[in-house]
Amino acid sequence: MSKAGKTREPLFSAKNMKLLSNPLSKENPITIQVLGICSALAVTVQVKPALVLAIAVVAVIAIANVLTSLLRKMIAPRIRIIVQLVIIAMLVIMVDQILKAFVYDVSKQLSVFVGLIITNCIVMGRLEAFGMGNPPWKSFLDGIGNGVGYGVILVIVAFFRELFGSGTLMGYQIIPESVYDFGYENNGLMILPPMALIVVGVIIWVQRHRDKELIDKS
Amino acid sequence: MQDLFSIFVRSIFIDNMIFAYFLGMCSYLAVSKTVKTSMGLGLAVIFVLFITVPVNFLINKYFLAKGALSWLSSGLADVDLSFLSFIMFIAVIAAMVQLVEMVIEKFSPALYSALGIFLPLIAVNCAILGASLFMQERELQTIGESVAFGLGSGLGWLLAIVAIAAIREKIRYSNVPAPLRGLGITFIITGLMGIAFMSFFGITI
Repeated sequence: MSKAGKTREPLFSAKNMKLLSNPLSKENPITIQVLGICSALAVTVQVKPALVLAIAVVAVIAIANVLTSLLRKMIAPRIRIIVQLVIIAMLVIMVDQILKAFVYDVSKQLSVFVGLIITNCIVMGRLEAFGMGNPPWKSFLDGIGNGVGYGVILVIVAFFRELFGSGTLMGYQIIPESVYDFGYENNGLMILPPMALIVVGVIIWVQRHRDKELIDKS
Repeated sequence: MQDLFSIFVRSIFIDNMIFAYFLGMCSYLAVSKTVKTSMGLGLAVIFVLFITVPVNFLINKYFLAKGALSWLSSGLADVDLSFLSFIMFIAVIAAMVQLVEMVIEKFSPALYSALGIFLPLIAVNCAILGASLFMQERELQTIGESVAFGLGSGLGWLLAIVAIAAIREKIRYSNVPAPLRGLGITFIITGLMGIAFMSFFGITI
């Protein structure tokens, strides 16, 4: 391994790609690490706000991870939490201003949940667990991977809730009018907040059923 | 008076932090294994909300909101600093948690050891920042209202976490399908409890 350390590791080596792909399945932030559920579920009534929030989180977590990683040798351990919070808060304010400028209606819909990215445990969690101890490029990949792993669950939940709850996707009608004429009705329950939890519960069920290693032994 | 009571009751049942907004879910899922620890965390959350929401209310009213600085000089009457609210609120929360921790340690070591590691964890509990942001968004008018809102939200959160902890203690004896065990079933139960809590929707007090 010492020899490999001298020659520079290629940017997209197998090890680095694992950082990117692991959070999508085996170490998914929501279904396995149980991080970042707080701000996630209330915005999944429709696909569009879920997608916007997911992109915002990917951006924040990747940039914050890189910044923390660059500063990691300068941050005194005692004050690291507050330094991390300031880095995250700064990025989230920027995201919030950008959303307000370009997609005002979505930003209104997301209301406090953009701000809540700050206390989203997934961002803090990755900074603590990865950014503080790894070089910037790896931190960047880890940030992207975790952000996308989080976003994927968000979008899947939103997809089912919007499709069955209002018969639309991204605001366009998917279920044709003729189906409604036969007496089909939208499932109003899907729009209500508690259904988000149940959908996530079912996703966890399916994932653990396919991969028996993940089953909770306790 | 009627108003305060209605804000208080609304924030416990109708706008429950967990069942209506999913705030504080991370600690809710992580700490709800036994009733005893969840009670400790719940009490700490009530305590911190009771302090941070009114403090953030004052900061919002006298520093951040549009025109809030007019008490300083008339030239500042149309300065709008509300874009700073995220960073201000989180700084206040982190500082308050630290302060509360020191005060409790000094005056009530028993309570301090009971709350243990939960106090520092609260700084990153979404329910705390969420309550401050909701306070700002709903434009509460007086400090009394913000106290009632903070207390009510905390109480609602305690109610939710103690209830799920009690259910999780019992469910250990049931035959849950293996892939659902642990996290999955907790999600589904929380969803069902949320549906039950929705029966409070539309009640006007």
